[in-house]
Amino acid sequence: MMRRREFIHKSILATGAVVATGAVLGTSSQGYMLQDAITNFELPALPFALDALEPHIDKLTMEIHHDKHHAAYIKNLNKEVEANKDLQGKTVEQICTDVSKYNTAVRNNGGGHYNHSLFWSLLSAKGGSPSSTLAKAIEKDFGNMEAMKNQFNDAAKTRFGSGWAWLIYADGKLKICSTPNQDNPLMDIADDKGYPILALDVWEHAYYLKYQNKRSDYIAAFWNVVNWEEANKRLNLAMKTK
Amino acid sequence: MAFELPALPYATDALEPHFDKMTMEIHHGKHHNAYVTNLNKALETSDMAGKSIEEILKNISKATPAIRNNGGGHYNHSLFWKLLSPASSGSPSGALAAAIEKKFGSFEKFKEDFAAAGVTRFGSGWAWLIVANGELALTSTPNQDNPLMDIAEVKGTPILGLDVWEHAYYLKYQNRRPDFIAAFWNLVNWAEVEKLYNNALK
Repeated sequence: MMRRREFIHKSILATGAVVATGAVLGTSSQGYMLQDAITNFELPALPFALDALEPHIDKLTMEIHHDKHHAAYIKNLNKEVEANKDLQGKTVEQICTDVSKYNTAVRNNGGGHYNHSLFWSLLSAKGGSPSSTLAKAIEKDFGNMEAMKNQFNDAAKTRFGSGWAWLIYADGKLKICSTPNQDNPLMDIADDKGYPILALDVWEHAYYLKYQNKRSDYIAAFWNVVNWEEANKRLNLAMKTK
Repeated sequence: MAFELPALPYATDALEPHFDKMTMEIHHGKHHNAYVTNLNKALETSDMAGKSIEEILKNISKATPAIRNNGGGHYNHSLFWKLLSPASSGSPSGALAAAIEKKFGSFEKFKEDFAAAGVTRFGSGWAWLIVANGELALTSTPNQDNPLMDIAEVKGTPILGLDVWEHAYYLKYQNRRPDFIAAFWNLVNWAEVEKLYNNALK
């Protein structure tokens, strides 16, 4: 039977969803019932080495960002899941979509878990460029790639304090927005709602060790490590299902 | 008259090892400086130009987000530098010490509650000890908001403020905000806090 971590990792790849292990309780393909009823989210492994994104995103930042910050969101989210039956068995996407029903800790840590899991999957050392579907959609909705990047960069630079910049798919179109803290466009409380295609963490913890106050330099560096293959997959999925 | 970046009242390495030199340099020379520059720019097209920073903050609901963010940033940091000292007495004295004991039970309990306000401020912001209606109170604000602002949930006169933006501590403490807050207690300029307390009561 698939180990939990593996299951969760495969779920991320398959659907962009991160599933609470409570969701896999029940009969497995081998007719084996999981005895452990504790509903726990787990820290997904990074899909690359900690130093794979050097020099654009440095090893120490990746290590602390993933092993400390992301791990803390999960730990704190699990505390909420254990205390609230309504959250048990839900995917983190479902939690985000209904976030107005829950307390601030669920909003902050559920968002933190979803956003970071997504962020890692959208980074890659391979570089590359958008595939035809995504490239066409960008051209249709922004005019060209440069215009999309400029809008995204502006959203990332002007998000005051902590937050995220997003390329989302909503109402048949791509658009740019940003959210404060660990909010995201899946949340029912978001000003701009949609399905995230690209995401950039602009909390200072995402860049301060290497870039300090120079957020613009970090944003420029981000474009060297975008996993366009994953972004394209997300758009295809969104076009089919959203 | 345009606002200006105030000089630090001590050397950038004076607060070592609690606050490191590089953090102080960037925090003052880059972050605070940017708030001053952007505030002056935002005021060029505002009828608030020429007003004191306190006057601007008290009417901030009538201002643009740029004035709110950068005006708050300028006020908060100017205050913060004065509230730090390499020669901290470690604890308050006189009327302030008595008021803290009365309100919080003990100085230790006050420090715990203040630290909790700092730790639980999610994202970027500030923790505050304020005077409101003649009494001490604790609060925290998001981003560069502060308790002088008419939009603040808890309003009052700040007498102690702690920056909990990650830029205030990340180079030295990374994700360990509680360690940064613990280090802060070694640097509080209690003479200044007492002065602000006495002024706030007048």
